Amino acid sequence: MPVKVVIPTPLRQYTGKKDSVEIEAKTVGEALARLTSQFGDLRKHLYNEEGKLRSFVNVYVNDEDIRFLQRDLTPLAETDIVSIVPSIAGGSMNRCICR
Amino acid sequence: MAIQLKAEQVESIRSHGAREYPDECCGMLLGHADGAVKEVSEVVPLQNIRHDFTRAQELLPLDDPGRESEKNRFLIDPLEQLRVEKNARARGLDVLGYYHSHPDHPARPSNYDREHAWPWYSYIIFSVEQGEARELTSWVLSEDRSRFDPESVKL
Repeated sequence: MPVKVVIPTPLRQYTGKKDSVEIEAKTVGEALARLTSQFGDLRKHLYNEEGKLRSFVNVYVNDEDIRFLQRDLTPLAETDIVSIVPSIAGGSMNRCICR
Repeated sequence: MAIQLKAEQVESIRSHGAREYPDECCGMLLGHADGAVKEVSEVVPLQNIRHDFTRAQELLPLDDPGRESEKNRFLIDPLEQLRVEKNARARGLDVLGYYHSHPDHPARPSNYDREHAWPWYSYIIFSVEQGEARELTSWVLSEDRSRFDPESVKL
């Protein structure tokens, strides 16, 4: 049985407008690898050049942040819902002004 | 694209910024995107979790905590974001974007704003000078992430 991966609005343009995708996977890492091989344009938004998840990409299994589980190795069961949640951050101080 | 808000929604955003001054405030914009217009139906004020230094550093570390704080940085708790988004989705609403204040600073996106932005979303930025909300602008990140383009705000 596949798990469901929920796609946030700004990334739906790379998944053919789908708001969720069903994927067969046993771990979070496997689910994201299959997702990004199915939808190649997603990769640059989720991973950096070294192939690591970008720091401002959060991944949740149900209501748990994978940082506090087993990250990529977090196991998935068939009723799990994986959510990609972009960090929303910002601020007025410009890094270039203060250095 | 343009973003459409009601006068009272703009007022609630501005008063949130004035209340949180001299800290940065932030919140979510929910509604429907229809062709070239994003129509806001709800404004949801959220916590700036830069107030909780330890938790915020776990989620998205600051490069220079000596100079960066809740006074010039905001971060939304992704779990709170996830909950609001799920609840919105169940009611047929989408997340259209986010707003935040720039205390004693112009309503223009900073380089830090750009580095942490996502395409498609509307980013409303407004200045709060000496506790009083002033200019309000909206921005959309370009596809190549190189710049923000201004977006018209319709009332």
